[in-house]
Amino acid sequence: MVAVTGTGTARTGALAASARRSWGRWVVLLAAGVYFLVPLYAALRFAVQTPTGGISLGVFGGIPAQQGFADAFGLSINLALVTTLITLALMVPTAIYVHLRLPQVQRLFEGITILPIVIPPVVLIVGVLQVAPAALKGTPYLLALEYAVLAMPFAYRSLASGLQAMNLKTLVEASRSLGGGWFTTAFRVLLPNLRSALLAATILTVALVLGEYTMASLDQYETFPVWVVVFDQENAHVSVAVSLLALIGTWLLLILISLIDTRRGHRASTPGES
Amino acid sequence: MTIPATSRDTTTPTTDIATARGAGGALVEFRDLRRSFGTTRALDGLTLTLQPGEMVALLGPSGCGKTTALRVLAGMETVDSGQVLVDGGDLRGVPTRRRDMGMVFQNYSLFPNMTALDNVAFGLRVRGRNNAARRARAGELLDMVGLAERATRYPHQLSGGQQQRVALARALAIEPRVLLLDEPLSALDAKVRLQLREQIRTLQTRLGTTTLFVTHDQEEALSMADRVGVMRGGRLEQIATPGELYARPSTAFVAEFVGTMNRLPAEVVPGGIRVLGQVITPVDVAGRSVGAAVDALIRPEGLTAEPVEHGSGIVAHKTFLGGTTRLSVLLSEELTVQVDSPSVHAARLTIGESVDITARDTQVLVADPTGPSTTR
Repeated sequence: MVAVTGTGTARTGALAASARRSWGRWVVLLAAGVYFLVPLYAALRFAVQTPTGGISLGVFGGIPAQQGFADAFGLSINLALVTTLITLALMVPTAIYVHLRLPQVQRLFEGITILPIVIPPVVLIVGVLQVAPAALKGTPYLLALEYAVLAMPFAYRSLASGLQAMNLKTLVEASRSLGGGWFTTAFRVLLPNLRSALLAATILTVALVLGEYTMASLDQYETFPVWVVVFDQENAHVSVAVSLLALIGTWLLLILISLIDTRRGHRASTPGES
Repeated sequence: MTIPATSRDTTTPTTDIATARGAGGALVEFRDLRRSFGTTRALDGLTLTLQPGEMVALLGPSGCGKTTALRVLAGMETVDSGQVLVDGGDLRGVPTRRRDMGMVFQNYSLFPNMTALDNVAFGLRVRGRNNAARRARAGELLDMVGLAERATRYPHQLSGGQQQRVALARALAIEPRVLLLDEPLSALDAKVRLQLREQIRTLQTRLGTTTLFVTHDQEEALSMADRVGVMRGGRLEQIATPGELYARPSTAFVAEFVGTMNRLPAEVVPGGIRVLGQVITPVDVAGRSVGAAVDALIRPEGLTAEPVEHGSGIVAHKTFLGGTTRLSVLLSEELTVQVDSPSVHAARLTIGESVDITARDTQVLVADPTGPSTTR
């Protein structure tokens, strides 16, 4: 009887502690929500406010017609495409090679790939200028090389997680033992199974290019983010509206990655039939 | 040891197996293979011949070199020296994809982006077979492994056993010169393993494909293979038919690795040994002087337990195995022996009962003493 009472008391205590922890979580979540959402609300309020104090969504509809918008956005889209191609062309074979043949240097390589995050953009620009082909210097596509370096941590991480999720060595050996050459193995076996990782790497790279300001500004090219800042002096309402749309677009892309990852995880854990 | 260890395959059978199975397979020869990884010798002069259509299992503890040998044959590993020949042709420099060897891996190796049918057809597609031909052949193979109705399923929709059966079909679809099985059953549960074991053996026998099978599971090796090679330290300790390996192990290592073996303290006497208070002759004690302390290696079925008052041991445990019951008999604080007794007889013995242990006139090996070892 004593033991039963003791157990009951302990259980009540545990429930109370759990409820306190649950409240704590909600408080933190609420604080974070306020911290992030209030500025966004303020920006939205500012963007849709008319000079007479009313509210109009017309500012969003007028964005494409703004001077310089189409050129800047077009340049950023071009840069996003070129950067993605360069990044995937460099990172996919490298990540596969490192995971397959040099697993002992995986950690070191991961360390190297995060360097662009800690190295100042000016240093990266100078570094890229040293090795960039002369034909690219003086064109906005020089930025694509710089962005490829900047995208490396995100692209490599996405690919590495995709490679770790698959049984790379066995799949390659199975393909080779069945007569598959490297081309067949890469395009029929590896890349189709890396689809989610490739998509994630692509989306992150595109998001990075569409949002990068410092390098473009230092190189004096008017990309989309640079245009937003410059246009801010002309029409702050439009500039804020564009920024909000860009932010929402990036969020949607990230949610897409998350959904794809969830689906992949669910697929991997679906039990087979006996 | 009374019989020196050898890395050579001295028991290569004649071509009976090939003749019996229609000679569909290739002749495979390993000649003095050596391979080191740093200071570890994975292969230390391995010589082995697989007759056409034969299934040979390589059995041994982790790190004995069995998987390295298989991977060398597949072309996934290189050797420091030695030769691998298939039908007399040296495979040196021949890449994996040109060796025509079907392989089933320990890990699930089906391509996740392809259906079971596409997985089986992959090797044929690579070989340029047209769509209709490869689908027909893949369907045939899936039917052969009993999975025709699962042809459109993806690997994640199949159980582990089904995936390995598809992998087997995929390996056989290319009509390989040699089938390589790298512990294909180790990830499966006991019941599925047993079913698949029989299925692999039946298919292999039917197709007559020379097969090299690597496993650490002695039951699997003994029940499936024509011959079993026991490896240790990169060397072939002994290769023989399962029956011969069990009944006449050539070394103490093989004796203790294959099946259950009692290790009992003994003393060399002229022409034999004294163990459990009785003299057993003849026993090969070459090179040992009379009076020397040795260990006698005797299988559980080579011992009998009779109930007596004040006997040499006490029944500590009984394990019912069907027709026989395995008794654990405590001879001293440090020495327990396993005795296989007919279940009818063992039913009369109770736990804690005093018994006398005697050795039957049976094959006994002697080994250097290793202290109070009991059963392996």
